[in-house]
Amino acid sequence: MLREGKYRIPSGCAISGFINKDGRRADGSAIIQSIALMQERSNGLGGGFAAYGIYPEYQDYYALHLLFEDKLSRNQVEELIKDNFYIEAEDRIPTRHVRSIGKAPLLWRYFVTPRLSKIEESQESEADFMTRLVMRINDSVNGAYVVSSGKNMGAFKGVGYPEDIGEFFRLDEYQAYSWIAHGRFPTNTPGWWGGAHPFTLLDWSVVHNGEISSYGANRRFLEMYGYKMTLQTDTEVVAYAIDLLVRRHKLPLELAARVLAAPFWQAIDRLPAAERDLYTRLRVVYGSLLMNGPFSIIVGFSGGIMALNDRIKLRPLVAGSQGTTLYVASEEAAIREICPDVEKVWYPQGGEPVIGRLEEGSQCRLSA
Amino acid sequence: MKKVYARPAYCMNCHLCEVNCIVAHSRSRDLFRAYKRENLRGTARVIVEERLPLSVAVQCRHCDDPRCVAGCISGAMVKDPETGIVYCQEDKCVGCWTCVAGCPYGAIRPGEKNGRPVPLKCDLCREADEPACVAGCPNRALVFEERRAGA
Amino acid sequence: MPSLSLMPPEFSVVRDDNKCIKCLACVRQCGFDAQQYDAEDDRLYAIDANCVNCQRCVSICPAGALTIYKNPPPMRPNAHWTEGHLRNIVKQAETGGVLLTGMGNDQPFPPYFDRLLLNASQVTNPSIDPLREPMELRTYLGSRAEPVSREESKDKTSTPLVPIETPIMFSAMSYGSISHEAFESLARAAKAFGTLFNTGEGGLPGDLYEYADHAVVQVASGRFGVHADYLNAGRVIEIKIGQGAKPGIGGHLPGEKITAPVAETRMIPEGTDALSPAPHHDIYSIEDLKQLIFTLKEATRYQKPVSVKISAVHNVAAIASGIARAGADIIAIDGFRGGTGAAPTMIRDHVGIPIELAIAAVDQRLREEGIRNRVSLVAAGGFRSSADVVKAIALGADAVYIATAALIALGCHLCQKCYTGKCSWGIATQDPYRSRRLNPEIGAERLYNLLRGWSHEIKEMLGGMGINSIESLRGNRLHLRGVGLNEVELKLLGVKHAGEAM
Repeated sequence: MLREGKYRIPSGCAISGFINKDGRRADGSAIIQSIALMQERSNGLGGGFAAYGIYPEYQDYYALHLLFEDKLSRNQVEELIKDNFYIEAEDRIPTRHVRSIGKAPLLWRYFVTPRLSKIEESQESEADFMTRLVMRINDSVNGAYVVSSGKNMGAFKGVGYPEDIGEFFRLDEYQAYSWIAHGRFPTNTPGWWGGAHPFTLLDWSVVHNGEISSYGANRRFLEMYGYKMTLQTDTEVVAYAIDLLVRRHKLPLELAARVLAAPFWQAIDRLPAAERDLYTRLRVVYGSLLMNGPFSIIVGFSGGIMALNDRIKLRPLVAGSQGTTLYVASEEAAIREICPDVEKVWYPQGGEPVIGRLEEGSQCRLSA
Repeated sequence: MKKVYARPAYCMNCHLCEVNCIVAHSRSRDLFRAYKRENLRGTARVIVEERLPLSVAVQCRHCDDPRCVAGCISGAMVKDPETGIVYCQEDKCVGCWTCVAGCPYGAIRPGEKNGRPVPLKCDLCREADEPACVAGCPNRALVFEERRAGA
Repeated sequence: MPSLSLMPPEFSVVRDDNKCIKCLACVRQCGFDAQQYDAEDDRLYAIDANCVNCQRCVSICPAGALTIYKNPPPMRPNAHWTEGHLRNIVKQAETGGVLLTGMGNDQPFPPYFDRLLLNASQVTNPSIDPLREPMELRTYLGSRAEPVSREESKDKTSTPLVPIETPIMFSAMSYGSISHEAFESLARAAKAFGTLFNTGEGGLPGDLYEYADHAVVQVASGRFGVHADYLNAGRVIEIKIGQGAKPGIGGHLPGEKITAPVAETRMIPEGTDALSPAPHHDIYSIEDLKQLIFTLKEATRYQKPVSVKISAVHNVAAIASGIARAGADIIAIDGFRGGTGAAPTMIRDHVGIPIELAIAAVDQRLREEGIRNRVSLVAAGGFRSSADVVKAIALGADAVYIATAALIALGCHLCQKCYTGKCSWGIATQDPYRSRRLNPEIGAERLYNLLRGWSHEIKEMLGGMGINSIESLRGNRLHLRGVGLNEVELKLLGVKHAGEAM
């Protein structure tokens, strides 16, 4: 039987996330509570979180979260890291014992910055250098996997119910201004911690409920731009697509969402000329990035989160706001669980992104 | 009134209009009986005139002022005042064939039925919604429609 | 000297005299003088040797009295020396000529479409209902530059894209190889449905210019009918380098079919053979092609996408890559099942490769080189159903061209005698007695129906796969599985075997 990661598994499940737009940081207990409520949507075979603003003291360093299946792979990766990066700090990711979590792989984190000489040599931007290294580790080192590679953020995931994973990773000890979470219902036996969500690249993290029937088309388009699909889960293409559209091609996030969940032609035909031309060109150029099939996703990034449904809303997604906090989740109950008096609750339309960003001036709070 | 008009560009000289006309005017209304038992071959009321590669189906025009009606010595040939259809009251026909000679389109031929003379001419398939020749043309070379005078 | 004298007729015309009403429709409609009438004896009979099994008499007979039988092979059973080989040899012994034939390769080479199966979604991913949800087939043809900037592109060299409402277009069939009536039927149906038809190498007749904005106007090696108005009237300009039915050689229209109107449209003398040279005599290399592409673009002020049509041959991936880099907006690839009005039999049946393998290879190669976005790929060559179309798109095509299927919709029964000009159905003929049998009103309706039926079926299959937009199927090999294909074939097609998971 092929190991998980070598064949595609559709993603079932539950997602939840929130952002304090004023930069106020909170510990992981709220997000754990929210995702735990939706336990029915998972089957205990995967859970994960991403948190933003958790390493203010290392905010200029890339926080590489890695999992290793054995010492050999750890040694190989450390060689690679030492070769390419200056390591400011490293340690095992703190965990506590939880009975229902089985044998965990080796979990490490390194706070690094790329060696200048290496960047000069390869003539890439720092971000491109990072992505290339991350893919190289995932692709070529057996038994090693980069869980997250962003600055001042981190992903924590594994095999188990999300609330148990949250407990395991001691998320109550971290402070973040935004949290996203995922509980998984894979349709076959697991075993691999790397298969859980979120899936990340640099500071992008994605949790995803759905199955992308356009995966084959999306993947082959992204491969042309150098992205390697190492994981064979649908979620990978979402993260890479956003990286391509927003970071490399400089599309505003709102338009990137309109690429992933494009308006129908019959709607585009009715728009005024300039808009019609824009959306036509978006669809024509990026048609192979249209995500077909049911999905609801939450994308986390430095400074915000975005939630999005497929165009005909075949998976649930609810949004809520209370003061300066934006909530998104698969169910309204998951929002009310942590914010009983939520002021405003709404159901976003298929294809319309819900975006929450840190307010101007809230940035300075991060260094507190 | 609606009449049958030919579109020569589409007429392919198959003569199936003639076949359909014969069957529609037979007793049995069955292709095989009409031809083999009733022996109606050659009694169509529409004739395809050929000058190859051109061909066109010709039938009675149901004229406003029919020469056949004017010339009929027994008063058998009449134009129905309501429908405009020119037809022969067969029990009155004496077989003088003045109508045959007088028709400017050559659309009438002498025929017989049960030993009596009967002129073979188009009656626009009075009992049907659409004339048999039009319905049976495989290439829409015949249409059944109303056109202004002079069309 | 009579031909086929050493060989008995291929077909027998059998008339059921109990049914025959002697209406003589068969005699009038047989294009090959097989059906005969003796007026003196009032007797209908057939000259079997003339029958080509076009089925016109069978269709037109109101009594259903006719059946055409294939005669048994005039020899002992022989797996190596088939009847076809014997007949060909005898014909060549009698005439010393090149064997000619029409339509597409009829030999039993492996059919890859029939060994590919499609996916459907269940449980984890709901299928989509095309009767209740929008299902988008609209396809844009042309070069997709990126990134997309919000400002108006002031670049004069960016060519507009052409939308078609279904990923099916009518392939090149020249006026001359087919009748004016058939040509008009294709033009009307394409315009009514919102897709394109291709003029082939015979130019665009003057009275059909109202359909020009739905036309792909072809510039072939003979340059027949190519003038400035023609180029500027069409929607897309296509440089025809080759076609699937006869890779490596040019078009051939026998003089019998060059009537006055055909001659006028092609700008050649009446009655002369219209022979397109094998290569374009101004394209001997890829850089020459680039020059022609940009000449055409300059001549049309960059307002028309330029397509290049090639046959599927062994090196098709590299050729396509070169064409993409030479500035073409569309690459049309014609597989070995492609049809023709006239081709040497040996070339039609033994040269070229299957379109399935060609599209897979070209799509993969262009992606590997990172230039897939520069062109739209159009696949052609023997698409028989909407399932074939869906499979071709999954392998990597943006759209497909159909021609044989369109002619079958108009009445063609694949008798393969197009080159004689005696088509009983009025399709592949210039004889007005025959061509009037195809009423363009009826022809256009039938073609529209075909497009409509296939488009709806494509929507159903897409919905079944959980897709509601055709661009999510393009190149999505994961929705295909092979059955009965070996490892090499699966690898070339880029598909897994049925039974393997996603």
